[in-house]
Amino acid sequence: MSYHLVCGLEIHTELKTNSKMFCGCKNDPFGAPKPNIYTCPVCLGLPGALPVANKKAIEWTIKLGLFLGCKINLDSKFDRKNYFYPDLPKSYQISQFDLPFCYAGHVDTDWGVVRINRIHLEEDTAKLLHQEIDGQKVTLIDFNRSSVPLIEIVTEPDIINSQQAKQYAKKIQEAVRLLGIGDADMQKGGMRLEANISLRDDQQVKNNQLPDYKVEVKNINSFNFMGQAIDYEIKRQTRLLEAGEKIKQETRGWDSVNNKTFLQRSKENAADYRYFPDPDLPVVHFEPEQIEAIRQTLPLTHDAHLSAWEKDYGIEPKYGQKFMEKADQVAWADELWQQAKKDQLDPNKLANFLANGKIDYHSGETVAVIIERFRELTKVASSSNDELTRVIDQVLRQNSAEVTRFQAGEKKLLGFFMGQIMKAAGKKLDAAKVNQLLRQQLQA
Amino acid sequence: MKLNQLTFVQALEGIKAKKFSGREVFADCLQAIKEKNPTLNAYLDVATPDDFPQKPGKYAGLPLAVKDNFCTLDYYTRASSRVLDGFRAPYQATVVQKLADSGFSFLGKTNMDAWAHGSSTETSDYGPSKNPRNLKHAPGGSSGGSAAAVAADMCLAALGTETAGSVRQPAAWCGCVGFRPSYGRASRYGVISMASSTDSPGFLTKTVADAAALTPLICGPDPHDATSSWEPFPDLTRSLRTDLKGKKIGFLYLDIPGLEPMRAHYEQAWKDLEKLGAKVETAKARDPQEAIGVYTVVQRSEVSSNLGRFDGVRYGHGRDTFGAEARRRIILGTFLLSQGYADKYYLQAQKVRTLFMQDFASLFSQYDVLVSPTSPSFAKTLGSSENSALFGELEDIFVEPSAICGLPSGSVPCYHDPKTNLYLGLNVMAPYHHEQAVIEVMSAFEHATAWNSWINQDNL
Repeated sequence: MSYHLVCGLEIHTELKTNSKMFCGCKNDPFGAPKPNIYTCPVCLGLPGALPVANKKAIEWTIKLGLFLGCKINLDSKFDRKNYFYPDLPKSYQISQFDLPFCYAGHVDTDWGVVRINRIHLEEDTAKLLHQEIDGQKVTLIDFNRSSVPLIEIVTEPDIINSQQAKQYAKKIQEAVRLLGIGDADMQKGGMRLEANISLRDDQQVKNNQLPDYKVEVKNINSFNFMGQAIDYEIKRQTRLLEAGEKIKQETRGWDSVNNKTFLQRSKENAADYRYFPDPDLPVVHFEPEQIEAIRQTLPLTHDAHLSAWEKDYGIEPKYGQKFMEKADQVAWADELWQQAKKDQLDPNKLANFLANGKIDYHSGETVAVIIERFRELTKVASSSNDELTRVIDQVLRQNSAEVTRFQAGEKKLLGFFMGQIMKAAGKKLDAAKVNQLLRQQLQA
Repeated sequence: MKLNQLTFVQALEGIKAKKFSGREVFADCLQAIKEKNPTLNAYLDVATPDDFPQKPGKYAGLPLAVKDNFCTLDYYTRASSRVLDGFRAPYQATVVQKLADSGFSFLGKTNMDAWAHGSSTETSDYGPSKNPRNLKHAPGGSSGGSAAAVAADMCLAALGTETAGSVRQPAAWCGCVGFRPSYGRASRYGVISMASSTDSPGFLTKTVADAAALTPLICGPDPHDATSSWEPFPDLTRSLRTDLKGKKIGFLYLDIPGLEPMRAHYEQAWKDLEKLGAKVETAKARDPQEAIGVYTVVQRSEVSSNLGRFDGVRYGHGRDTFGAEARRRIILGTFLLSQGYADKYYLQAQKVRTLFMQDFASLFSQYDVLVSPTSPSFAKTLGSSENSALFGELEDIFVEPSAICGLPSGSVPCYHDPKTNLYLGLNVMAPYHHEQAVIEVMSAFEHATAWNSWINQDNL
């Protein structure tokens, strides 16, 4: 009997709006010089404080949804997800329950389509820091992150191996960056992964049946860890199934030191979140025209962009790929290729030089500066024929033994002469021209 | 006559005529509080003479009282619960700030049912307030301290909040005026949430003219409250002392069992309205018992979520500090929202709430305003609410339907019993955002009848 992976992902990613999700506080938890400086009654959950939704965050959620092929709920709302935790000052998280902004999208991968079930918008929690102060173990709370806008993207259980999971997650990261709506930085926790993992046997695959359990691995902070966690779970669950055991529905964490998952909590004590519509926030309504207006602002997808670059500028995708990480970078590169083509330079060569570090740059620099640097590097020294002839003569005189050998038939010495001439000239020369003159001299 | 006995409008006229200063009115109110508060327990915190604003603005520092569930910078804010004992809010409720910016002074924070759970002020963790009209009786609630403070001339007017009658019912029991604008008119920002979808700030005042003058000052859109209304607020001053010629008024709930001893007084009110030129008819509304069900489910559910933040981690007092009524409501609300039950109860209640809104819409297609008794009884004696878990809901039966629909409404005295010195109130309701229609009927009625003792008092 063989077992097959059934896996769905939940990805959380913070939006980089100027202000937080439900208040006017600065949204910059990673850049804050001190804890608890970007706070107010609303994100501290003080008595009487009320949330007001961030319009930009809602528009960005819809933008991501449209980019990922989702349908949009024209009438949506926020719900309260009630649970107690010290990082949650209101004792509920404002999230979305049955009417998320986006639903039914898809992402193509090399192993087939991964369908997106929903994308909803919620608020992040505060950050807990477990420390020892004066010999006492304490937990400190930093509310700079409290109520930062957070998107959750949930897939259908379409993922069949760990490479596909990684590719899907990377594509989500690319999309968030391309749209310029978030940094999706895994290390800082701006993007977090959760995998729902279960196995089914041949019979279930044949009958198109899903397993009757799932194991959730939470808070994974790298693509590689996620791949490892999935592979580890496949082995662990296979072992259990082969031993005839029934696998329990549970939540596990990833131990990146010992490379294994560990039990966090089982289904029996799973929380009942008591969802209900947040009475503090009115229903969010969009007209179809408003959604269309957002759709008009969408950039090309990565794949579409790469083929367009290849078609229009002859840029090989392996180089083009390097300019896809952020929205402003893509626009900048677009402009750069266009200018290069106009100046009758080779955009692919430029892309190659930039991608391989032959030209130092940062994407803030103007296109003109980069083009100039590229010209400089590929510039053919405008040396006169006389000057060249003089240098060649000099080199041939200094290496008369080699000249004799060349003329005796040792043709590979041509390269040696070329090198010496370039060195003597002390600058970059037009190789074709030098070659031509050199041959003439040697034959003379 | 002391300055604290003036109505707000009289005091304002006196200030304009330079007969006295706001500081003098403030001082007379403090004196009245000093004399009466030990008996009435209407205030939890009281100002000192030094608390009079340095630069009293437009309203010259005329003094108001503030219910304890409004966040205030200068006084503790605890919604009469020990859970928040000693809590000083770092920000001010929008409506309090608006009043401060207009140049009012504040005399202190008034007692209330803890977390506004109740209709008698007896669930306060700081002891009940007493009804200044008759000390054996409760002032009603939850804004009981505010109503008592107004009725006993311990302020010119007081801020209250209503979720299901908590402004109108204590006004009726204490023989003063209570007016709450439509839901969304006055910002809830900085008001400790009870049932967020119905909480509405309002005023307890001595006269309808006072309510008409003060209410617009706390209304208007608030960028901090997503449920606040951006519709322009009507001019209420033009609705004062008009006649009611051509008005169609529907009278509700007179056939409810238990009302018999008081029915004659309401029938008198009916005649008084007719004398003013109105056409009054018995109107048939949805059974208000159903509104109690809706309100109980919605309110308990929202309470269980709103009070979750008092989890013992912050504010210095553990969850064991919650009183019995709050515990009952948290437990019931938690159950009502549990998986598998939310659809059955919370969502079902919201559907019935929609039916009530449709019912009112249909009634208002026939009538300009609706009136009813405010409360099914005179002020009850202290202790009546004990062992009656739904005391508040039953006392609020006539005001709950309009409260769950967020309608503008008010209570005006419509009978005074000379034997007990207790009052009855007439509840006046109008379509959403039609505050002026409520004021029109309340003002005309107040001037045509003899029940309001402040109406005919001399000015200074």
